[in-house]
Amino acid sequence: MTENIIDENDGADLSRRDFLGTVTAGGAAAGVAAACVPFVSSMNPSSDVLAKATTEIDISGIAPGEEKTFPWQGKPVFVVHRTPDEIKAMESAQGGKDPEADAKRVQKPEWLVVIGICTHLGCVPNKTATGWLCPCHGSVYDNSGRIISGPAPRNLDLPPYHFVSENKILIGKA
Amino acid sequence: MNKMINWIDARFPLTFFIKHELTDYPTPRNLSYWWGFGFLAGFVLVIQIVTGIFLAMHYKPDSNLAFDSIQHIMREVNYGWLIRYLHSTGASAFFAVIYTHMARTLYYGSYRRPRELLWWTGQGLLLLLMATAFMGYLLPWGQMSYWGAQVITSLFKATPVYGDEIVTWLRGGFTVDDPTLTRFFALHYLFPFIIFGAVVIHLVALHTVRSSNPSGINLADKDNIPFHPYFTIKDLFGLGIFMIVYLLIVFFKPDLFIEAANNIPANPMQTPAHIVPEWYFLPFYAILRSVPDLAGGVVAMGISVMIFAAMPYLDRSRITGGARYRPVYRAMFYIFLIDIFVLGYVGAHPPSGTLKMVGEICTTIYFLTFLLLPLISRWEEKFVLARGLPPAVEAMARKEIAEAEGNA
Repeated sequence: MTENIIDENDGADLSRRDFLGTVTAGGAAAGVAAACVPFVSSMNPSSDVLAKATTEIDISGIAPGEEKTFPWQGKPVFVVHRTPDEIKAMESAQGGKDPEADAKRVQKPEWLVVIGICTHLGCVPNKTATGWLCPCHGSVYDNSGRIISGPAPRNLDLPPYHFVSENKILIGKA
Repeated sequence: MNKMINWIDARFPLTFFIKHELTDYPTPRNLSYWWGFGFLAGFVLVIQIVTGIFLAMHYKPDSNLAFDSIQHIMREVNYGWLIRYLHSTGASAFFAVIYTHMARTLYYGSYRRPRELLWWTGQGLLLLLMATAFMGYLLPWGQMSYWGAQVITSLFKATPVYGDEIVTWLRGGFTVDDPTLTRFFALHYLFPFIIFGAVVIHLVALHTVRSSNPSGINLADKDNIPFHPYFTIKDLFGLGIFMIVYLLIVFFKPDLFIEAANNIPANPMQTPAHIVPEWYFLPFYAILRSVPDLAGGVVAMGISVMIFAAMPYLDRSRITGGARYRPVYRAMFYIFLIDIFVLGYVGAHPPSGTLKMVGEICTTIYFLTFLLLPLISRWEEKFVLARGLPPAVEAMARKEIAEAEGNA
């Protein structure tokens, strides 16, 4: 009996023991990681936040040259009724560091619909005669929502939308 | 009384602890008032925790109620105005004290061997403090609160590949909204207790390596005096001065650090014409704005906060005593200090032509100060040794140089 205790490593496969130890520790680490999933996931948007997906807006009250802001998913959406002069100016330009044709950014040339969040750090730009100016870090956008100067990396994003009728737009669904 | 203490001492090292860490704790006798700011930081932490807990008894972390609950605290809660102003002014006081504490460490070279870990635990505390202050600033749910949180959470967009997902995850929505407010409140309540634990670690590290001192040389035993009563009384006198300044602001200029725009409830559809962060973030904010690229700006800002941790390695001079015996390092310290104040001014104003250029120049100087330090400190070491030093300082420096060369 005593000999068995003294020679506890006699004949034992040590690499097998190490393997079992590694597998046990690995299993424990995987278990801890799996237990973190619900907590990390709980911080993502909840179902009711995700449910505010589409918004229908009435654009009949917006006169040519005017801009109106509508909330969509808690974000501001700028709807601009552009004048013929503005359309002409925008169609002949390509924007700045993120060049894009105006035709690709509108469904009807007189209606520009863009998400009113500066692509730099998320401020809401203010309307100017020639487009928008972000009050936070000075990004300048044109009347097609294209970045002209400043730190913003991209043009203003376009929301998915379509015209339900002449005067109604559904934002959130293309 | 003695019987009771003996009973405790047999079960818990109470008397030993008090003697070891307080009444017998050896402290350099030449410490100036600059060494009192660590104690002040601890005191402000207690003020913030106590006032914060009592504010939480009346505050409502709900986007429909938060703004009004602050008004409720200010108007109806007994002494609510006092507790709130102690807390809001306390945040600024905390940063003022911590920045002074850091400036002292940089000036006197207290980050040097063997105090690297002490310095790094302090760096961790600074990050925790910044996170706590940032989350606390959202809670009043005013326009500045809201747009500050919107901009800072957007910084995480710079994360490669998963940027947008991480921003949405942090906010719990597509913009800063009710879920963001509630989680910031939960974490703003949690973090101070983590800070408290980290302070204990900071103090354990301090009591292992002991305080540095303005002379820079290791003092003989006879030049150390017990912490109590000599430095308890010195720290308490410093506290008196601090409380006079702090309470003058609380009582007579409580809105000094509160932006006027924050008296307007948060409006996700309208960014205020000019948004600024709290004063203690201005220099870092100016660095963010000075780099034209989004990711580049975020990285530059992150490095500008974290680069202090590298000081024990960037500073390659073996002359002790920090700036005292090092004219070039001293000049660099003051240039850096002025640079930070100019950056703060730039950060507080809208980006225009000249200011933008000033910001870019100051950002360059900020990083150059750190990056040139390894070269300058070695050159300065030779220059200072050739010029001559007090014998004790020179002996220590030569010993360190000999040790380093012996190892090489």
